[in-house]
Amino acid sequence: MEAIVTKTGTEENSWGGGDRPLNAGYGKMMIWFFIVSDALTFSGFLASYGFSRFKFLDSWPIADQVFTHIPFVHGNYPMYYVAFMTFILIFSSVTMVLAVDAGHHMKKNKVILYLFLTIIGGAIFVGSQAWEWGTFIKGSYGAVETKGGKILQFLDTDGKRVAIGDFAIPIATEREDHLENEGIWYESEVARTSFSLEEVKAGFLANESYLIRTQYLDEHGERIVLSREESIAKLESDGKLIVEGANLKHNEYGTPLFADFFFFITGFHGFHVFSGVIFNLIIFFNVIIGTYQRRGHYEMVEKVALYWHFVDLVWVFVFTVFYLI
Amino acid sequence: MADHNLAIFRGLLKFKSNETKIWGVFILLSLITFVEVAFGITKPEFLTSHRFLSLKYLNWIFITLTLVKAYYITWDFMHMRDENSSFNRMVVWTAVFLICFLVFILLIEGDYVFDVYVENYVKFNF
Repeated sequence: MEAIVTKTGTEENSWGGGDRPLNAGYGKMMIWFFIVSDALTFSGFLASYGFSRFKFLDSWPIADQVFTHIPFVHGNYPMYYVAFMTFILIFSSVTMVLAVDAGHHMKKNKVILYLFLTIIGGAIFVGSQAWEWGTFIKGSYGAVETKGGKILQFLDTDGKRVAIGDFAIPIATEREDHLENEGIWYESEVARTSFSLEEVKAGFLANESYLIRTQYLDEHGERIVLSREESIAKLESDGKLIVEGANLKHNEYGTPLFADFFFFITGFHGFHVFSGVIFNLIIFFNVIIGTYQRRGHYEMVEKVALYWHFVDLVWVFVFTVFYLI
Repeated sequence: MADHNLAIFRGLLKFKSNETKIWGVFILLSLITFVEVAFGITKPEFLTSHRFLSLKYLNWIFITLTLVKAYYITWDFMHMRDENSSFNRMVVWTAVFLICFLVFILLIEGDYVFDVYVENYVKFNF
């Protein structure tokens, strides 16, 4: 450890470099300052999410209606899976702090065990996040986007969501894929949805009890459902294209901004979790080969633990902002 | 770092060892998460129908519980409780002040843009 320490020549003063005036090692202090700056980055993202949400306060998607899936299970289960993910991350924080505690007592085998559990927890979380993204991108019911970029969703007789694939009436068309060598070369084929707007319109007219739900919210925060006449008029006059799932431009759940922020913020957080897992892996192998045991202290585990807890801390806020509020 | 401050709730609850304190804090955080999820799924009527500073009571509860969780993660998992108070303030006060400022400015501005959309002559109704 002493090999790379440079001396200032003023070690006798309390701020001269020889002392630890704040009673924290240099590395630990710097990881705290990094955490402060990273916290500001994340708060910038979340605050800009808040800005956009306040800007479109009367038409923002309701999280309960967006994230409703659990792996391997059909049906409508809002919140449960993301609650599980939160729990996993908190638990991996617990095993991490237990590893730090074992490190203080120089118990190498316990550090190895707890670090291993932390890595497993982190991997489960990243996997869950990937699944959540996949589900969100794939979409579940499909919707119609209007000329103004607003979303119209379809409800059946009981007021439940109905997928466009379940009621659209197939119409035989002769639309062919545009190929670069058979037309204007700089125009490329747009993504084809499984049903065209005309097919969905025909299906909607044929099912006389179906209604349209807009993305606007009433004064109770519920989304406004149009009457049958209004639904038909809206679909006929404003319907522009079919949206299935979500990407950065179109989003079947509501405003595209919601999808943009979702991808950006959870993506950035997921990247932090991923790099945290990598750091954990590195020190995990260092612990196994006994680097810190020989060094005489496990401060490196403590530093990585600080980063890992910070990732958990950020998730607590992301969870609240995206899924609860 | 051998001596940990083992009391939480301002000394109301004192743990015997650092390890039991970790498990105690874990139970507390799990309970808070459980309450949050329960509120998020049931959405009680009396909490969603009233507002304070244009936010529903329910959302104030979520924000408060989140801050409580953040406090215990920072203070007990990240051991901020055991650091020097000057170091603690250097980290926490800086972040809290700047984040409050940022959130305040951006939310006020977002609300203003919303008002412009609602009250202006240009209508976004297609």
